[in-house]
Amino acid sequence: MHEPGYNFAYLDESTKRMIRRAILKAVAIPGHQVPFGAREMPLPYGWGTGGIQVTAAVIGPTDVLKVIDQGADDTTNAVSIRRFFARTAGVATTERTADATIIQTRHRIPERPLTEDQILVYQVPIPEPLSRLEPRIAETRRLHSMADYGLMHVKLYEDITKHGHIATAYAYPVIVQSRYLMCPSPIPAFDNPKMHMMPALQLFGAGREKRIYAVPPWTEVRSLDFDDHPFRPIRAPHACALCGSTESYLDEVITDDQGGRMYVCSDTDYCNERQALAGGAT
Amino acid sequence: MSLPLLSARDLDLRFGRVVALDRVAVDIWPGEVVAIVGESGSGKTSLLRVLSGLMLPDSGRVLYDGQDVLGMGEAGRRRLMRTDWGFVHQNPRDGLRMAVSAGGNIGERLMATGARHYGNIRGAAADWLARVEIDPARMDDPPRNFSGGMQQRLQIARTLVTHPRLVFMDEPTGGLDVSVQAKLLDLIRRLVADLGLAVMIVTHDIAAARLLAHRVLVMREGVVVEEGITDRVLDDPQHPYTQLLVASVLAA
Repeated sequence: MHEPGYNFAYLDESTKRMIRRAILKAVAIPGHQVPFGAREMPLPYGWGTGGIQVTAAVIGPTDVLKVIDQGADDTTNAVSIRRFFARTAGVATTERTADATIIQTRHRIPERPLTEDQILVYQVPIPEPLSRLEPRIAETRRLHSMADYGLMHVKLYEDITKHGHIATAYAYPVIVQSRYLMCPSPIPAFDNPKMHMMPALQLFGAGREKRIYAVPPWTEVRSLDFDDHPFRPIRAPHACALCGSTESYLDEVITDDQGGRMYVCSDTDYCNERQALAGGAT
Repeated sequence: MSLPLLSARDLDLRFGRVVALDRVAVDIWPGEVVAIVGESGSGKTSLLRVLSGLMLPDSGRVLYDGQDVLGMGEAGRRRLMRTDWGFVHQNPRDGLRMAVSAGGNIGERLMATGARHYGNIRGAAADWLARVEIDPARMDDPPRNFSGGMQQRLQIARTLVTHPRLVFMDEPTGGLDVSVQAKLLDLIRRLVADLGLAVMIVTHDIAAARLLAHRVLVMREGVVVEEGITDRVLDDPQHPYTQLLVASVLAA
């Protein structure tokens, strides 16, 4: 049961309906940014106001919610959003990727492959992939409408010219269904391939910029690159110090002021599961 | 004779009570250089902007290679502007991305039309820098570190890299000193001849028109008052305004 005094999942029913309409339109036009009337939420911009509204619009009483922040379930942002929905929607929450039906994420895609029964909700700070290149919003919309994306390649060209390789390590631009240029939110480029033909529905909410966009299940998502400088997912060349994974995305953790550091999985659930498995085996 | 590459009829454009274009008709054939001369405010730049689809006239028709330019919609005009056409602005800042390297500036049009091989794009950029007499070693410098003349040459390279058939130039030598102007005119003349470009160039510099253009249009208050082969118009002007214009040229 959710806390009395709140409507189910905090937002009123007509607001949720408005957001659902935007979501349906976004799903119908993969990668296209749909404007919506984002509401004031009881948390500051930059903390996931877009993601939380999308989650509120799609969540039902039987859903199981997982929230991650940079892959971790136990950081402030993740804990407070999980608690927010536990209180206002009375839904079950989990830290296990496999058990969740809705996963709201800030800046990561879980390592465990998602299924058709799951929805991944991204928190998006800047939805417009061309924003750094073309400051006029009206002009970026014209470029989208005409699929005029040479500018984005100019940015990658400049990267290679300056650094010898494409130095964009996060928010790496993608083309959805060979049509719309899309910012995958600041997930590491390492996660980009996971978006391609993902069985789960991917929804993106930007609260401050008031935009929603989506990638339906089993949709082509291609990272931009050059023929002679193909896209490479970047990963620290180490094994996780806790679970030994050589495949997961790693965080670098400074352990002392002597230069000591360790690399651990950014996805805490994935890491815990592997540790439990290894512990059970011995 | 073949059909004109671009053909405009009955162009009318008003800004409030000011008449910018009054029933203007223009033709340009493949490989031809047409200069539009006239004083400031005579409608030269408006005509160029209307012909290139950057601005819509109040009425009239523009045909490019058999296609209705004003009727094709913005997407079609933008496609033309990326492929068959080029526009060289008077101020290089309007035509260049000042924060992007010279190579990136040249490569933008290639990438916009689907080039996806970094090495080839760089090769084309180096080639074009050399053709406009900029040291290819400066390929990775941003154009804001270039002189005014170099910026203008870079803008020309960026425009010509996709081998357009028709280039619009709006006072390309404006704001440059005389010796740099002379070099730039020389360069434009050579490139136009090499590539067989059709060029519509707006200028108030009669000498530049004589050097570059096959044909001259004289505009005044939105009306084309005289039109003809360059030498004929400039050596034997018929209209009183053209006579005044030609007589006003300072001899060195």
